[in-house]
Amino acid sequence: MARAGDWALQAGGLLTTAAALGVLAVLLMDVFADGLGRVSWQFLTSLPSRRPSAAGIYPALVGSIFVIALTAAMAIPVGIGAAIYLEEYGARGRWARLIEINIANLAGVPSIIYGLLGLGLFVRALMLGRSVIAGAATLALLVLPVVILSTREALRTVPASLREGSYALGATKWQTIWHQVLPVALPGTLTGIILALSRAIGETAPLITIGALTYVPFAPDSIWSPFTVLPIQIFNWVSRPQADFLRNAAAGIIVLLVLLLMLNGVAAWLRDRYQTHRLV
Amino acid sequence: MTTAPSIPSLSDVARRSASAQSLPETPFKIEVDRLSFFYGEKRALEDISIGMRANKVTAFIGPSGCGKSTFLRTLNRMNDIIPRTRIDGAVKIDGQDIYASGTDVVELRRRVGMVFQKSNPFPKSIFDNVAYGLRINGLATTNAEMEEQVERSLKSAALWDEVKDRLRESALALSGGQQQRVCIARALAVQPEILLMDEPASALDPIATQRIEELIYQLKQDYTIVIVTHNMQQAARVSDSTAVFWLGRLVEHDRTDKIFTAPSEKLTEDYITGRFG
Repeated sequence: MARAGDWALQAGGLLTTAAALGVLAVLLMDVFADGLGRVSWQFLTSLPSRRPSAAGIYPALVGSIFVIALTAAMAIPVGIGAAIYLEEYGARGRWARLIEINIANLAGVPSIIYGLLGLGLFVRALMLGRSVIAGAATLALLVLPVVILSTREALRTVPASLREGSYALGATKWQTIWHQVLPVALPGTLTGIILALSRAIGETAPLITIGALTYVPFAPDSIWSPFTVLPIQIFNWVSRPQADFLRNAAAGIIVLLVLLLMLNGVAAWLRDRYQTHRLV
Repeated sequence: MTTAPSIPSLSDVARRSASAQSLPETPFKIEVDRLSFFYGEKRALEDISIGMRANKVTAFIGPSGCGKSTFLRTLNRMNDIIPRTRIDGAVKIDGQDIYASGTDVVELRRRVGMVFQKSNPFPKSIFDNVAYGLRINGLATTNAEMEEQVERSLKSAALWDEVKDRLRESALALSGGQQQRVCIARALAVQPEILLMDEPASALDPIATQRIEELIYQLKQDYTIVIVTHNMQQAARVSDSTAVFWLGRLVEHDRTDKIFTAPSEKLTEDYITGRFG
């Protein structure tokens, strides 16, 4: 009986895993079959066009990289700083718990809500316009809860003995955090940050809400420029009736996937670099 | 060590203060006056008064949970980190109450080094482990000075010869005994006056333990050492005076040879003969 249950569980697990991977594989194969032929240097460096064969993804690619870099530049210091404060300095108590619950909830808020907030706050109130900076700020707000939560989680795993060892040498709290706690927490923190940025790079809704353009015949050249990003460009092409634009969309998806893989690759590399001294 | 001074008659000696004065004559480095310590509502230490002499090894013994480690950690205010703790009484180092307001805790901890029960080297190289305290306290200005200080500290911790060719390797790659000596070297690097050791050899094998004990014997020439141990042979081997703790109280503090041969208190005798603990 027990053995049969064990077998069933194993078979069920295998089946669900295969189903999930299978769907993904079909999706990827479909995308690659449609789009791989379109991916070329010309496709990467050309501006969008009425003619599908001449159209390229250059403004969206530059826009995506620009926006995500700026998002990271804003979200990472603020997120890590907030996590350090909440975890290391903030008082424990009802307020701390309330804040914690709220941050966890914020991580689950639909992204379009952040888009509306960005529209009201950055585009209108702060008069940043439909610019790269407004988009990046909106995405930074979106990923902030995830960055904070994962950083706090990573800080919590740092053993107390390490902190005590530092304090015992006459280190201040900040020296202990900066020299001992953060380096040990960094791999975990990086994982969280990359997951958050991976989510941000695929976001469409909040950027459309704040007014990212769907047709941009130029690459953004400053943080005040109007912009578009890869998912919006893909969305734009998918909604065209011509089959050739669908192939462009597939090629755009491939470009986005490669960008994501590169982001994850950098994260893995950084993580390994900082994990040369493992805690046993 | 020279021969021990003669033991005064046992019967009429008022236990703590008087017998402490019979210790070989160096001045008191640490004087604790009626110290009580609380975790929340729970009193972990009760009314402890004790003096520890300079350049001597004072051992704290007693059964698990008797408060000896907690007491040790009051001597460099390490318990400050733990929330909801409270302390009464005074701990004086060189006559200065370290719990007086305005005490620089960071400076205090530099003067009062600590080695922990479980060796806790930083996940960095051997060199950086020892250099860390020097860096944060600004004790070495040039690279040459830094290297010199690291070498001096590792030599003091009797580790230099074993690691001098691998200073850039991770301290976590060392054996347990070596890791503990890295921690001792790290503590010595900032040139403390007092070294607190919380069961420094409890996780080590007999050979590594012996090395640590020999080291303690050498170090007391330069430092005042306080060591917590649950190993009575160790206390007998390394210490000049021994304090016995039981249920958060100080039972007896006297010269180590006296504690182990002619204790004044029944509790001490029961403990060292293994009737409890």
